Amino acid sequence: MTDVTASLKSVSKRYASEYAVNQVDLALHAGERIALVGHNGAGKSTLVKLMLGLVQPTAGTIEVLGVSVGRGRGIAAHAGIGYLPESVVFPPALTAEEVMAFYARLKRCPVSGNAELLERVGLAHAASRRISSYSKGMRQRLGLAQALIGAPQLMLLDEPTTGLDPALRRTFYEILEELARGGVTVLLSSHALAELEARTDRIVVMNRGHKVADGSLAELRAQADCPTRIRVDFGHGVREFTCDEKDKAAVLKRALALPGELRDVEVASPSLDDLYAHFLRREAAE
Amino acid sequence: MRAIAILAGRELRDSLRNRRVAGATLLMAALSLTLTLLGSAPTGSVGISMLSVTIVSLASLTVFLVPLIALLIAHDAIAGELERGTLGLLLAYPVRRIEVVVGKFVGHTLVLAVAAIVGYGAAALTLALRSDAVEAGAWGAFVLLVGSSILLGMAFVALGYLASTAVRDPRTAAAMAIGLWLFFVLVYDMAVLGALVADQGRTFTPSLVTALLFGNPADLFRLANLTADSNVSLHAGLAGMAHQVPAGTALVLAALAAWIVVPLALAALLFQRREL
Repeated sequence: MTDVTASLKSVSKRYASEYAVNQVDLALHAGERIALVGHNGAGKSTLVKLMLGLVQPTAGTIEVLGVSVGRGRGIAAHAGIGYLPESVVFPPALTAEEVMAFYARLKRCPVSGNAELLERVGLAHAASRRISSYSKGMRQRLGLAQALIGAPQLMLLDEPTTGLDPALRRTFYEILEELARGGVTVLLSSHALAELEARTDRIVVMNRGHKVADGSLAELRAQADCPTRIRVDFGHGVREFTCDEKDKAAVLKRALALPGELRDVEVASPSLDDLYAHFLRREAAE
Repeated sequence: MRAIAILAGRELRDSLRNRRVAGATLLMAALSLTLTLLGSAPTGSVGISMLSVTIVSLASLTVFLVPLIALLIAHDAIAGELERGTLGLLLAYPVRRIEVVVGKFVGHTLVLAVAAIVGYGAAALTLALRSDAVEAGAWGAFVLLVGSSILLGMAFVALGYLASTAVRDPRTAAAMAIGLWLFFVLVYDMAVLGALVADQGRTFTPSLVTALLFGNPADLFRLANLTADSNVSLHAGLAGMAHQVPAGTALVLAALAAWIVVPLALAALLFQRREL
């Protein structure tokens, strides 16, 4: 987890009058799954585009896969990056095979490897059909398949699960988990917070261009001092406790030691939704 | 180079697939065949080279049609891909922006070349089959016509790219493309003519008029075709003009090439600085 695949140092991006990204420091490591959360306009997409060199930073330095990104440089890193833009419309008259062949050639990868990638995302059966006949989910699968071309070391996925049904999300996250186990850095931005909880190693919260929180879910809970709620049902009555995340174990032990016949215990740690709301409130208060 | 070839190939395949090539080729073939058959009817019996008559008609057709086809396929090149999200994706691949512009340009040029060669070739072939009264020099003029049609198309493809990189919204780019067509194909010549008439030859010297013609790729195309061959210029009613305009065909073609290179370079420069 020490190999840095991408690093941003006090990076800012200003559009006309306001900062889309403001003084952000961020280091991504090999094998990490990072969720970039924040509401629309928080700077998530801009951050990804900065890493790709699609927009130029107003200030700060960006290094991706050992290549410094900026004014016309950074192309060298692209061979090792897989990118899925927020909304992409592939040419409807082409087939998935043709689209994949085009992108594989651009990345100088053998076209023969495409069949396996399409199989992996579950599109093998429709590979020779025109994209115009595809459902939203199938188009998204194709988007993921093209991002997987050339076994990239860094995956940048912008809102990849928007509009996907639950089963598809599951396969999506399974693929990402596999990739991370193989040492790939996976950065995905999303505002579907609930589904990210168990599926990422690290969460970066963005708000109005600022990075307001960065850490694992447990770390964020510790930072946020959002109360953990413990409900203990003794049959004759329900007792509720609230405590800090770090005191959870001690409080639970005491609760269980209370007299009475224990029927049910519920421990509700603050969800990512709670934490997100908390960080935004804190940011607003500052 | 590799990336340029891949991009040009995709552009050509896209155009073939969505029948843009077929449409443009058919349109040009149908119109040029119509002109050929109608144009030769009144003169055929008199025994003049029908090909040189046809060239005059085809040149007039080209000035309207080719810029329109070129702008239609070019205006969407950058702005359209930007809107569909494929431009950001493309640039996340190991491709330089200049390669994107040049690759698309090569692809679109091929589309135009196919349409011009097949479309006009059909007309010429029909003539060659119908009669053997085609003068030796007329074939040279015909080759010049097809070649300069492609050059004219390239100039308007480059202008279309300029519109496509200058704005974000593909609909604005389309509106600009229509504006460009109206300006260069219709308004420019009328304005020059109007000024000439109003001026009564006081300030507009022949060399100034020539200079003005160099300011419009459509006029350069006319100059190249209607004055190069003596037979053609006779039929075009420009025999007098051929002597007035001191520019040789080579210079006119070079100016037409400049009308390709300069807008394309500007478009590439704009695109290079473009934030996505």
